[in-house]
Amino acid sequence: MAEKMLMKGNEAMAEAAMRAGCKLFFGYPITPQTEVAAYMAKKMPKIGGLFMQAESEVAAINMVYGAAGAGARVMTSSSSPGISLKSEGISYIAGSDLPCVIVNIVRGGPGLGGIQPAQSDYFQATKGGGHGDYHLVVLAPASVQEMVSLTAEAFDIADTYRMPVMIMGDGMLGQMMEPVEFENLPKREVPEKTWATTGTQMKRKKNIVNSLYIEPDALEKMNNERLERYELVKKNEVKVETVNAENADVVIVAYGVMARVAKTVMQMMEEKGIKVGVVRPITLWPFPTEEIAKVAESAKAFLSVEMSQGQMVEDVRLAVNGKKPVYFYGRNGGVVPSPDEICAEIEKIVGGMK
Amino acid sequence: MTTQIILAGFGGQGILFAGKLLAYAGMLNGKEVSWLPSYGPEMRGGTANCSVIISDTQIASPIIQKPDVLLALNGPSLEKFEDAVVKGGTIIYDSSLIASAKENADVNICGIDATETAIRMDAKTLANMVILGKCIKETNVFTIDQLKDALKKLMPPSKAALYDLNCKVLDAGYEL
Amino acid sequence: MAKVFEKPHALSDVSMHYCPGCTHGIIHRLVAEVIDELGIEGRTIGVAPVGCSVFAYNYFECDMQEAAHGRAPAVATGIKRAVKDSIVFTYQGDGDLAAIGTAETVHAAARGENITIIFVNNAIYGMTGGQMAPTSLVGQVTQTTPYGRDTSTQGYPIRVCEMLSQVEGAAYLERVAVNNIPNIRKAKKAIKKAFQNQIDGKGFSLIEVLSICPTNWGMSPQESMKWLEENMMPVYPLGVYKDKEQGEA
Repeated sequence: MAEKMLMKGNEAMAEAAMRAGCKLFFGYPITPQTEVAAYMAKKMPKIGGLFMQAESEVAAINMVYGAAGAGARVMTSSSSPGISLKSEGISYIAGSDLPCVIVNIVRGGPGLGGIQPAQSDYFQATKGGGHGDYHLVVLAPASVQEMVSLTAEAFDIADTYRMPVMIMGDGMLGQMMEPVEFENLPKREVPEKTWATTGTQMKRKKNIVNSLYIEPDALEKMNNERLERYELVKKNEVKVETVNAENADVVIVAYGVMARVAKTVMQMMEEKGIKVGVVRPITLWPFPTEEIAKVAESAKAFLSVEMSQGQMVEDVRLAVNGKKPVYFYGRNGGVVPSPDEICAEIEKIVGGMK
Repeated sequence: MTTQIILAGFGGQGILFAGKLLAYAGMLNGKEVSWLPSYGPEMRGGTANCSVIISDTQIASPIIQKPDVLLALNGPSLEKFEDAVVKGGTIIYDSSLIASAKENADVNICGIDATETAIRMDAKTLANMVILGKCIKETNVFTIDQLKDALKKLMPPSKAALYDLNCKVLDAGYEL
Repeated sequence: MAKVFEKPHALSDVSMHYCPGCTHGIIHRLVAEVIDELGIEGRTIGVAPVGCSVFAYNYFECDMQEAAHGRAPAVATGIKRAVKDSIVFTYQGDGDLAAIGTAETVHAAARGENITIIFVNNAIYGMTGGQMAPTSLVGQVTQTTPYGRDTSTQGYPIRVCEMLSQVEGAAYLERVAVNNIPNIRKAKKAIKKAFQNQIDGKGFSLIEVLSICPTNWGMSPQESMKWLEENMMPVYPLGVYKDKEQGEA
């Protein structure tokens, strides 16, 4: 068996990125993602890579744009306010069909907010953030090991579909330590980057990395080609974990660390004779709509539990599509819903159904 | 079996390291483990705490609502967590720094002179190890030798010279 | 029949969108000639800005990237760091480089980023129709300073070469103009040196080119040239502002 290491989520993710062939990292300091940058700064020079602290998040994401356009595996990480600043660049990266990996270790907002764990950037991550019709693949790990495996996969997904991939965690995941191993990580064959601006060497026509199309027809054509790739992503890349959901009294839908709290709730409610299931979206975009629709056939009710004022719950409602009631419970600003609070919420729901 | 341990004290008392050592020892002994620190500005001079879970089965939430074991190295930490400890649980606190704990017949409460013991052994920064030694004795999560093995692997080479002293302090805590 | 004049290879064979009398065409040609003469087209990657020269990616034959407004030096940094033996240049206007992209400009210089920046200063925002630029002169009438640039609200023009000359990481800074044949020749020499510096690994080089905007200045090209000489040159004196080889200018 592979040797296990006890590592912080942020550091394990950085290590996984380097092992996935990422040799360029452009960042800007912000709590609580600092360990990612610090780890990269220490290790990148040892593998012939580069860690660069940019003058701003805005500059960092545009450095990512340049490097991704030149065909490199490249990454940046930040936390909520920094991702807002990066959103302009992310829109350009999406519009120019460039692959890269962006990490958001989410903190409470809006504004400067706080630094404790939150999930209040769900809308920003899954519905845009920047301007224009575009999507990121959004991966939501729930353990340190998953931060590693999803990071490895993120680069391959980005290269396969030529699109930016976001890994969305929170300070809790980033700061916590769990045993982790780096053997047997997922790996795919990815297409060659024939479109990259690496210099023509006078052997081919020039490549242009660009998102500007003044003619509406041309822009629509580019956007629609991208839409076709989004459809492929929806078909091929949905990841979800479903536990105990069939015929459940209440199915909790939760992602990241919240899903782990949900599993604790599941165990607690079992002792009280109430069957609780858990659906954990691992990809927030594409959202596991079909899986939730399927669960809605037999489950009696849904409860979206989030560290926000209620964001993912909208996608849950769309997926359930009126078949069963969908409830919401959340805390925000950096407060994590406790198992007791969630249990009380479930008892209310079950009580109301009787 | 699952053991949920909260370690809490002032920043600088080695709380996070002590927690990491427990988690690491758990991992080396084939257990599922998680280590979750409080983070942010409070770490500098304020209170620091971490939650360590050691389990035979997969760990659901890494957040501890009701600890089986509380290791408290200052008064505010004890006050913050003592009521949450489960029936049949254990509280070990540093009586060098804390006058007393709330009486609770359902919980095994041990006040030990951790800081003074450490100072007497010329190891004033190792009150955390005194507490851990006592924790091993009271809870049986591991043997003291398992913890020492973990410590040997966890200590950076630059601090290897301090390994023997750390072990002595662990033993002293175990004997208290 | 012998050809006596032709486009440089590095300049694409397409018609440009620039207004009649605009000097962007001349500056594009100078850059392309230099790329040809140095034999670097195959490893050159250009970065186009947002502004009048936004379509520069259509006009150069080398690989090109289009940057967000002001971010060209950051994009160039990413490219240069990803493809180490590449030659990377940005082509930026005054609004792009000295207003929204000031931070990227200053910090690329501070890092001594081994890139070449062609900075076209015509004291106005052209693409959006003639608004005040960071380099607009005091009293200059533009669409957004209809009563002239008033220092009490709009402040003073930024002198980019002078400012960057204080940045230790910058290797070579020169201000040139394209208002007459001798100056065009000098401009080409400066541009060539800025590319040669990059080939030689000497670091950050920026050439500021004083340029005209007949359309938005509301003048004929001839009047524009005269206006540039009489009004811009006193505020923006030509010359070398820094050359690490020669010591401070």
